[in-house]
Amino acid sequence: MGAADAGARFNNLSHRLMCTCGCAQLLGECNHVGCTESGRERNELSAAIATGATDQQILASFAAKYGVTALAAPPTHGFSLVAWIAPLAVFAAALLGTILLVRQWSVGKAQATAQASSPEMDALREKVRRETGSGTDGGF
Amino acid sequence: MAAFGSFALLIALALAAYNLFAGVIALRLIATGQSARISPERLADTARRAGIAGFVAVTAAAFALVWSVFNNDFSITYIMEHSNRALPAPYKFAALWSGQEGSLLLWAWLLGAYGFVLRLLHKTDVKLYAYAGTILAGVQLFFLSVVNFAAPPFSLLKGALPDDGNGLNPLLQYPEMVIHPPMLYLGYVGFTIPFAFALGALMMRYPGEKWIRITRGWTMVTWLFLTMGIFLGMHWAYAVLGWGGYWGWDPVENASFMPWLTGTAFLHSVMMQERKGMMKSWNVWLIFSTFILSILGTLLTRGGLVSSVHAFAQSSIGDWFVAFLVIVLAVCIFTYILQRSHLKSEQRLESLVSRESSFLFNNLVLLAACFVILWGTLFPILSEYVQGTKVTVGPPFYNRVAIPIGLFLLFLTGVGPLLPWRSTSLRAIRRNFVVPSIALWATVIVCLAVGARPWKDGVFDTGNFYALVAFGLSAGVFTAILSEFLRGAGVIARQTRRNLFSAMYLLTRRNTRRYGGYIIHIGVVIVVVGLAGAAFNRSQESELGLNSTMAIGPYTLKCVGFTQDSNLNYDSEYALLDIYQNGKKQFQMTPEKRVYLASQQPQTMVAIHSVLSWDLYVVYEGTNPDTGQPIIKAFLNPLVSWIWAGVVFMVIGTFVALVPSLVPATASLRVPASLGAPTEPALRGGD
Repeated sequence: MGAADAGARFNNLSHRLMCTCGCAQLLGECNHVGCTESGRERNELSAAIATGATDQQILASFAAKYGVTALAAPPTHGFSLVAWIAPLAVFAAALLGTILLVRQWSVGKAQATAQASSPEMDALREKVRRETGSGTDGGF
Repeated sequence: MAAFGSFALLIALALAAYNLFAGVIALRLIATGQSARISPERLADTARRAGIAGFVAVTAAAFALVWSVFNNDFSITYIMEHSNRALPAPYKFAALWSGQEGSLLLWAWLLGAYGFVLRLLHKTDVKLYAYAGTILAGVQLFFLSVVNFAAPPFSLLKGALPDDGNGLNPLLQYPEMVIHPPMLYLGYVGFTIPFAFALGALMMRYPGEKWIRITRGWTMVTWLFLTMGIFLGMHWAYAVLGWGGYWGWDPVENASFMPWLTGTAFLHSVMMQERKGMMKSWNVWLIFSTFILSILGTLLTRGGLVSSVHAFAQSSIGDWFVAFLVIVLAVCIFTYILQRSHLKSEQRLESLVSRESSFLFNNLVLLAACFVILWGTLFPILSEYVQGTKVTVGPPFYNRVAIPIGLFLLFLTGVGPLLPWRSTSLRAIRRNFVVPSIALWATVIVCLAVGARPWKDGVFDTGNFYALVAFGLSAGVFTAILSEFLRGAGVIARQTRRNLFSAMYLLTRRNTRRYGGYIIHIGVVIVVVGLAGAAFNRSQESELGLNSTMAIGPYTLKCVGFTQDSNLNYDSEYALLDIYQNGKKQFQMTPEKRVYLASQQPQTMVAIHSVLSWDLYVVYEGTNPDTGQPIIKAFLNPLVSWIWAGVVFMVIGTFVALVPSLVPATASLRVPASLGAPTEPALRGGD
């Protein structure tokens, strides 16, 4: 979505485009002395905003003219969509896997400790802890 | 000196080779109990001594290069390309790591230095240290092979000898560049030590958990160096690159961040292994991954795989690093498969809501963040391979994907310390979380009231929203940590009749690991507040003639003159700006533009006025060729100084955590039940 006024839109779009001089900086932030591209590209961006083109149209025109590397983030279609999906998919899978693992462990532990938990066993554990000094150098 | 340096490097290579092969033979003989003409223990000791001698040889080579820089020996190609006569002395020293060959020599030297310390401490555990020293020799052999054959720093210049050198890259002529790369390298290289211990312990099926304590100590030191290296790099980018920011998700920045994330994950999950005998395989792989990511980072930085504003030295050594990575990975996988039965967990989690569980989720989130960054860094290469077109993965991608993960991690930073080990009750959760939750929501309300709203001009603004969440969570986490301190210190104060500050000091000394960790967390919270401030950055660009003014935030900048200066190294132009606030002159700023004489490269020098609430950041961009008027760009960047202050806390916290705890006097400090016990009995040292 475009921002409310031209200045805000320029700021927004110039941070979604790369300077194409090879400096690997965002168009809105490229300031290296003697850059041959950023000034002209910023003027092009201002002119495009003035024509009333939508954000998507402007980004598409830059991608068509300078190549897809002019976009600061991968497009959300074709193979590039994988760039967006993979992190979320991996995170979700890992989160689900961890929750299931912990739940499985908890159930297993509860069953195992049901038999092993008795006042005698607890006293024995406490004695072992006292004698071995375990638990005095813990983490935070 | 070139011949001396080259010879020293060859000697170092031979010694590393001897260290590796003699070490392997000796350890094999010890493991199998076979007899030989020389006793395996003596052979292992000769290998250890070869490692120490190797460090001396690499030191001699590094000294030869530094000597040659200071003596302007332009017959050496590296010196000619990275130095010149007028270069100030500190930057001549920095020339050692300003190029490919020199920085690889620095890597080898630092590895030698770490190895030297490790080999001197071998009596701690002779066998484990012998394994670690031998693995270290293998890594050293690789780096010395690279500096001897692929990127030799002492290669001689062909043709006529020039009068002067090309000079140092202007971007590197900044004070932090004298300390940032060595710090970063100390971090990268240092992760070889935990790696060597972990791999060695796995190979020898080390009994018990002592190795993990040794490894943890080395990891903390290394992590500290890497942390300082990363933040010094951020400050350098902020002060030198002149775009008003400090982190651009550049591949080289990412390369340093990835091992930091896995190293941080290890420092948390290692507690599970020490206390519960859990997550052994996980920890071993975290160490392996951290080392592999350090090598990958060097490959990215030096191998030319990705383009970066920070990659000052690129060449074709990428193939060497790829081969090394494959070998390291193969050794790790092979050893793990062979010895995995040694890594069975002794216990399991008892509850989803417990300290153990929070560590598990903390690890998950740290690794997810690492994956996102790795994925984003490598995706351009993948996309080029798959579809023939290289896409850019820049800040918008990371901001959208990594920031929510970072905020979740911040949330866990606050939740973790409030949960006890094993399991907890709903009542205890409610009791511990009330105050932090109040702090969180109160902060959100205050932020909304003062105008930090998640919408701008009627449109929802993601950056502002994340900033608001970050401020709220930071307040909650800070309150949670502070309440833990106060609870423990309050009990000590009552028991020993000390004042609260003295009690806090004693509390920290009694369990340095835990409270050092909390101080690091406070540092992280402060850094996050500083980072969140970026959502409210403002900038203004204007042509500023003599006596004309521009306004930004509460400041008015008045141009009172321009001047020029020259020295043997560069010519410079300054703008003299008087800064007014409320109509009263406050101070003067002098943004500068330099042209370095040797390289004829221009460079801006930013002027920064930093206060707690914001930085006024002024760039002199040169003159408009049409009007002849100077162009000044001013930024008002809120809360930036909080980032640097937060790092100080992180460093202090790490030092505290490294100090051994006092022996706790548990008997005299029992907490009466009526006082409300801390989440954990802090006075006893952490259990």
